[in-house]
Amino acid sequence: MPDGAQPILDVRDLKTVFLTRGGEVHAVNDVSFDLRPGELLGVVGESGSGKSVTMMSLIGLLPMPPAEIRSGRAIFDGLDLLQADDDTLRAIRGARIGFVFQDPMTSLNPVFTVGFQLMEPLRKHMGMSKAQARARAAELLDLVGIPDAAARLKDYPHQFSGGMRQRVMIAIALACDPQVLIADEPTTALDVTIQAQIIELVKDLRRKLGMAIVWITHDLGVIAGIADRVMVMYGGQVVEQAPVRELFSDPQHPYTRALLQTVPSLRGKRAERLRVIEGQPPVLGAPPAACPFRPRCGHALERCGRENPRRLAVRPGHEVACFWDPASGGERHA
Amino acid sequence: MLNYTIRRLFMAVPTLIFISIVIFLLLELAPGDPMAQVPLTVPAEVKQKMREALGLGEPAPIRYWKWLTQIFWVEPLHLFDSLFGTNFSDGYQRAISWQTRSPIFDIIAQRIPQTLWVVGVAYVVAIVIAIPVGVYSAYRQYSLFDNVGTFVTMIGFSVPPFFSGVLVIVIFSVWLGWFPSIYDTTLRVTDWDSFLAQLRQMVMPVMVLALQITSQISRFMRASMLDNLNLDYVRTARAKGVSEPTVILVHVLRNSMIPVATVIALGIPSIFGGAIITEQVFKVNGIGQLLIGSIEANDLPMVQTLTFIFAVLIVLFNLIADIIYGILDPRIRYE
Repeated sequence: MPDGAQPILDVRDLKTVFLTRGGEVHAVNDVSFDLRPGELLGVVGESGSGKSVTMMSLIGLLPMPPAEIRSGRAIFDGLDLLQADDDTLRAIRGARIGFVFQDPMTSLNPVFTVGFQLMEPLRKHMGMSKAQARARAAELLDLVGIPDAAARLKDYPHQFSGGMRQRVMIAIALACDPQVLIADEPTTALDVTIQAQIIELVKDLRRKLGMAIVWITHDLGVIAGIADRVMVMYGGQVVEQAPVRELFSDPQHPYTRALLQTVPSLRGKRAERLRVIEGQPPVLGAPPAACPFRPRCGHALERCGRENPRRLAVRPGHEVACFWDPASGGERHA
Repeated sequence: MLNYTIRRLFMAVPTLIFISIVIFLLLELAPGDPMAQVPLTVPAEVKQKMREALGLGEPAPIRYWKWLTQIFWVEPLHLFDSLFGTNFSDGYQRAISWQTRSPIFDIIAQRIPQTLWVVGVAYVVAIVIAIPVGVYSAYRQYSLFDNVGTFVTMIGFSVPPFFSGVLVIVIFSVWLGWFPSIYDTTLRVTDWDSFLAQLRQMVMPVMVLALQITSQISRFMRASMLDNLNLDYVRTARAKGVSEPTVILVHVLRNSMIPVATVIALGIPSIFGGAIITEQVFKVNGIGQLLIGSIEANDLPMVQTLTFIFAVLIVLFNLIADIIYGILDPRIRYE
């Protein structure tokens, strides 16, 4: 993958807060990452770790209020998305940044044909005529592997299976040749064989079209097969970021290590029971003053309760936010 | 869809026959004497003869059968005759009102226009107001507009027409003198002046009825919009970069209209039923007033026929509501 190239998306210190009746919830805390053209960045974390909220914050898909972006910047192709007005964001959404969501059963509008829904961004962003858009829509359905594409444009979403609907969603997201595709748990709601098909499809489309992809998931197994780089999130912040091989071979953060142990292995000795990470992820009512993972961490040090660790590069391209050093078993010394 | 419609129409026949029996038996069991309004000076045996002349001497099944044939055979024949100048209905007795001794359907034909004008216009006004109000209230939930809307609809819901009707009469007729308090049925619309007079006399009854109907429909519309606004497909539409008006008025509205259209369709029979109370308050001599008057006068054939017509309309609009449902929602297939 192109290394060292100018990032297409550069996010710095993003903070997103939800204003609820019970007070503020700090969903995203100082998240920074970048995405290079053509790269596939995996984002891993439990439910509520802020993966989706981070991505939705960037492009104005969070309802505001209750959400509020407190600070940060997100430079997409020279433009700060967090400062952009609604019209600018609308022109980018669906055209230059495409989205695929988790549940294909509910993500399509049930009362409009698939053709209508697929032609909408084409007509809106590319200024195509109806006939042009229809021809392109058929091409797109064909591209995502839906047989008899031209005829199926007239069908409604309920006439497609779950996997086929997710293919339609991908076709919609890719309709205008976006530079970035954000896939928010696109395979979570699908059964395993369909999941594999969708992953193959995305790999294949990425080879053909060359867009950068952010793939949000809680499934490390999926990430291992497709990502170039992985970002692990916990409690609204990035706890570790590394190239995919390195993350699996040399995980630094106790949370990442614990996550890896929860994945069942087909090879090697059969473990008696799968490991679980005890406890619940935190709901942050205030910006964390200590490490958010500390209550569930098996290696917590005294310092972890006093301050929230900053991200540190342990190697070029591999950053971790933790005071504990797996090599020495004691405190990390930068 | 066509198959389904035809099947439903056939299925409606036993339903309606059953309803007609229930209506007939209910009124048969109700106490009351059609001769009660005849002066006491008329001797009892004369009254008895009058009752027999009305057909009351015959057993109930025979009277039921006669009523049924009059409504389903004689009246359609008569209608055909009057449309095409034929004589098929000659020699058949038409269904007669005991109170006025004139054919029931002639009276209904006289009363229907008033009801349709007042109640029908109120219904249309209500729909035209209620849908935008419901949509905007939901889109800006808990905004000032929504809160004011909620307050007004609660009032519209809870204040009965016999109160709001009298209230608007006091305000607009007595104090301000803008509108007449009594609806003049004899008014013929021939020029602009009489048209204006017709509008003026319609304003208050339409206002009272529309307030009530608007409240109902806008609440439904709001609730249905709110159900849809947070669904995933709305986020998808936004993620496609579709403009906000398109998201709301195309994607969400189309889905939200499904239950609302059903409610609107099912409400239409009540137009024909007339707004009984409102017609009384404003002296609109429409169908609602006709029904009340007939009940008070023990005019059994009229009450039976009117009630049965309402039943037919309700069955019919139930079917229409189902068909609209199928058109709006492609997931529903009536095959």
